[in-house]
Amino acid sequence: MSNVVTQTKQFVDGIWKEEIDVRNFVQLNITPYEGNGDFLCGPTDNTEILFDICMKAVQEELANNGVRSIDPDVISRINSHAAGYISKEHEVIVGLQTDELLKRAIKPYGGARVVEKACSEHGIQLNPQVKEMFANYIKSHNDGVFDAYTDEIRTFRSLGFLTGLPDNYARGRIIGDYRRLALYGADRLITQKEQDLQNLTGPMTDARIRLREEVNEQIKALKEIKALGSRYGLDLSRPAENAKEAVQWVYMAYLAAVKEQDGAAMSLGNVSSFLDIYIERDLQEGLITEEEAQEMIDQLVMKLRMVRHLRMEAYNEIFAGDPTWVTEAIGGLSLAGGHKVTKNSFRFLQTLYNLGPSPEPNMTVLWSSSLPKGFKEFCAKVSVDTSSIQYENDDLMRCTRNADDYGIACCVSFQEIGKHIQFFGARTNLAKTLLLAINSGRCENTGAQVINGVPALKSDVLDFDEVMANFKIAMKEVARVYVESMNIIHFMHDKYYYERAQMAFVDTDPKVNVAYGIAGLSIVADSLSAIKHAKVTAVRNEDGLAVDFKIDGEFPFYGNDNDSVDLLAVDVTSHFNKQLSAYETYKNAEPTMSILTITSNVSYGRKTGATPDGRARGIAFAPGANPMHGRDTHGAIASLNSVAKLNYEDALDGISNTMSLIPKTLGNDENSRMRNLVAILDGYFNRGAHHLNVNVLNRELLMDAMDHPEKYPQLTIRVSGYAVNFVRLSRDQQMEVLSRSFFDKF
Amino acid sequence: MSNVKTLLFSEKEVKRDLLNIHSIESFGTFDGPGIRYVLFLQGCPFKCLYCANPDTMKFEDGKEYRIADVVKEAMNMKSYYTNGGGVTVSGGEPCCQAKKLISLFEQLKIEGIHTALDTNGHVMNQYVKNLLELTDLVLLDVKHINDSMHEIVTGKSNHKTLEFANYLREIEKPTWLRYVLVPGLTDKPEHLHELGEYFKDFKNVEKLEIQPYHTLGEHKWEHLGMDYPLKGTPVNTKDQLDKAKEIFEQYFKEVVVN
Ligand code: SF4
Repeated sequence: MSNVVTQTKQFVDGIWKEEIDVRNFVQLNITPYEGNGDFLCGPTDNTEILFDICMKAVQEELANNGVRSIDPDVISRINSHAAGYISKEHEVIVGLQTDELLKRAIKPYGGARVVEKACSEHGIQLNPQVKEMFANYIKSHNDGVFDAYTDEIRTFRSLGFLTGLPDNYARGRIIGDYRRLALYGADRLITQKEQDLQNLTGPMTDARIRLREEVNEQIKALKEIKALGSRYGLDLSRPAENAKEAVQWVYMAYLAAVKEQDGAAMSLGNVSSFLDIYIERDLQEGLITEEEAQEMIDQLVMKLRMVRHLRMEAYNEIFAGDPTWVTEAIGGLSLAGGHKVTKNSFRFLQTLYNLGPSPEPNMTVLWSSSLPKGFKEFCAKVSVDTSSIQYENDDLMRCTRNADDYGIACCVSFQEIGKHIQFFGARTNLAKTLLLAINSGRCENTGAQVINGVPALKSDVLDFDEVMANFKIAMKEVARVYVESMNIIHFMHDKYYYERAQMAFVDTDPKVNVAYGIAGLSIVADSLSAIKHAKVTAVRNEDGLAVDFKIDGEFPFYGNDNDSVDLLAVDVTSHFNKQLSAYETYKNAEPTMSILTITSNVSYGRKTGATPDGRARGIAFAPGANPMHGRDTHGAIASLNSVAKLNYEDALDGISNTMSLIPKTLGNDENSRMRNLVAILDGYFNRGAHHLNVNVLNRELLMDAMDHPEKYPQLTIRVSGYAVNFVRLSRDQQMEVLSRSFFDKF
Repeated sequence: MSNVKTLLFSEKEVKRDLLNIHSIESFGTFDGPGIRYVLFLQGCPFKCLYCANPDTMKFEDGKEYRIADVVKEAMNMKSYYTNGGGVTVSGGEPCCQAKKLISLFEQLKIEGIHTALDTNGHVMNQYVKNLLELTDLVLLDVKHINDSMHEIVTGKSNHKTLEFANYLREIEKPTWLRYVLVPGLTDKPEHLHELGEYFKDFKNVEKLEIQPYHTLGEHKWEHLGMDYPLKGTPVNTKDQLDKAKEIFEQYFKEVVVN
């Protein structure tokens, strides 16, 4: 690769020169690409050598109970670990989280006990000094939260009404605008933050004091990031001067974030078309070849695939498969009208061929039917071949949120890059909430009084209006407790585990939204449908709790494009969202809600008693907003259409849907599969739907992978909002995936 | 809605508005071009030995759907029809309900939706002729070219099917022929040639689809308490499919294996 760094061709100037404004830079300098994938290159020898080493390390990891090694001594910070390499001479893009590939570091600020447990589960002892420090001298986020939790919140949590709350692990979801490091260099960003700090004068309210402290932390982080660069021989104080540096700078900014934090989901943002600007310039100048351009992206992606956090086993219940959610948003249109597909959009997807299928980075295509045909078809082809892409409706998000420079936080959530952050809020179990309405506010499993004010039902034959009235009381109460828990969690997270390295790449006083979530929507819709359209009788135990339901007559199921049940799902979503919006939030965060479960639909189901739709106690929920398995009998499109009816305005944090098809169902040959998938995506999103995971797989393949995991180290399957290595799922979760509706031909 | 309807019309009139449907598949990719909304109608005059949906045969079974609801669901799928898709009526034998289908297809045509009719060609009457006027594409299932073999396979003669085919030729209706290839039953080379010879000059025939024999319907026969007539018949080898394709390609401009 050429060493020439002096550039003759200048970027087009604009506001981005005066202010920190990456979007403006992208708009002025992007080269939209209309063609197909014919220009793409395979992996270079260097890439293949490195990836072989990575795959061996991953195999070792799998063989060693999912963890290759742990450093139990050094608390991970930006510069806590020496520079690490896979094989230095072959690396075009450098940097690892620790000094060794797949070695996991400890990050006890989220919760020290969790770290200790994670170590001991792998036969490693947490350094006694670290333990001692966190026991006696340093407070963690987890300690803070539990100091403030009310009894009520604890009850909700332990009985499974609120689950997966980020109260003993890092919240994640914040996306730094990592592009800023490449475009401006650390020095310029420090100057900007110093200026911001000077303007943050009195009156010294809580909020102002907190912000001043936060900005100072960000400045420290930026200085440390420069030092991190020096360890790898990079001068991050100045802007990147060529393509290779731009890729490297962006990665360094991201690396600093994943060295400091182990947030549940730490997205990359929307970097591919930004990087294309540098690559395109170098290509035009003849400084690099297409092969070298692909090599940079392959190696960046390889590094992103090697990001690891130390988790305890229980974490696997809610987030199975050791995910990191390095979500990268690709494509979309700009508000001005043009599209943002570049050659680098293709190069990112091409990594799924060059390095094989993979859950990470979580490739998310921002879909619009107006995207160029060549790109749409390429996406569909990659989906059919790898099942590694998810799609989100760009037209819907761009227009509703009035923004075009956004990324996807975690699975499905809109976040304007550098301007906007969000507070992750896991989810509440709406099916259990419905059972509160039937059980006078008592938990259906334990009989514990969870909420007050829910009258007993007059009859065991369930009356729709009566149940609905009680359900509304229950939703109101659950929303209240949910909001309270979120306020405490995010207050404490800011206080004890502030994301200074990420926030250094975000505007100083960004817009915040708090991201609530619900699970069990399809169960609720079907239950209400049963109560409304059939005769449902509660079967109560001696304690008066409904333990089962007798159903006489037929009723329509959610998932068949039938308004008489689908609109129940729409109404419940809207109603609960309104309840959540009724309360004050920490940092005045704007409330938003998702219909998303990750893999927690299995554990949610386990904790939920029998429901009026005929679902037996303990049976897994459908993931996200999906209809319940096997009930969507009119086929895939009717199922999609039911989900498409849910209003994005009622669930601005995202509506996740996962579709699994066997290849043959999608079409007779490669071309028709590709075209049919494009037609599905156009059709679904033009009906206002928000998100779609696409799996094109044979059930037999998954069954074989359960028995012979060693044969399928890279088998990737999309679940609610993200993708996992199938072989890393627990047996229960694998069985749940298999039980889902695979739309097939016969 | 439904209550209002029942009040306004007598029961008999309401019946006229009902289709007897076996099942609905909103994501059909094998019954015409693009993504298809496929209605499998109940009832069939044939008793094919290999029928994959024997539960569609009996006219008295099935579930009644209001045509208005069907139109609505088909309309909701319009945004998915971008690559040539539309609605296909299949079965069973849809032409047995031709009179009612006319009203369905009329409404679909007003909405600009592509219509396909998947038929075995055994039923022909004025209603069917009217229906064909509203049909963009016919998928004509020819079960066997040899009449006595046809009778073995389906229980009926193939005369009507061939007459149906000739009518389609006469009105120049775009048609895809479909042929189920059953080892040892419908795959003799001389029969394939005979079929090719018969249809080779039909200008309206755009392609021929070979439908490989599969045994996925076997459990349904058992479920219905009937003996599966082709028990033990193996599915086609790749070689058998290739050979059949090669023969048909001598007569038709496009031959695909589904
Ligand atoms: S014509 Fe079709 S539906 Fe009728 S018996 Fe034959 S295969 Fe079955």
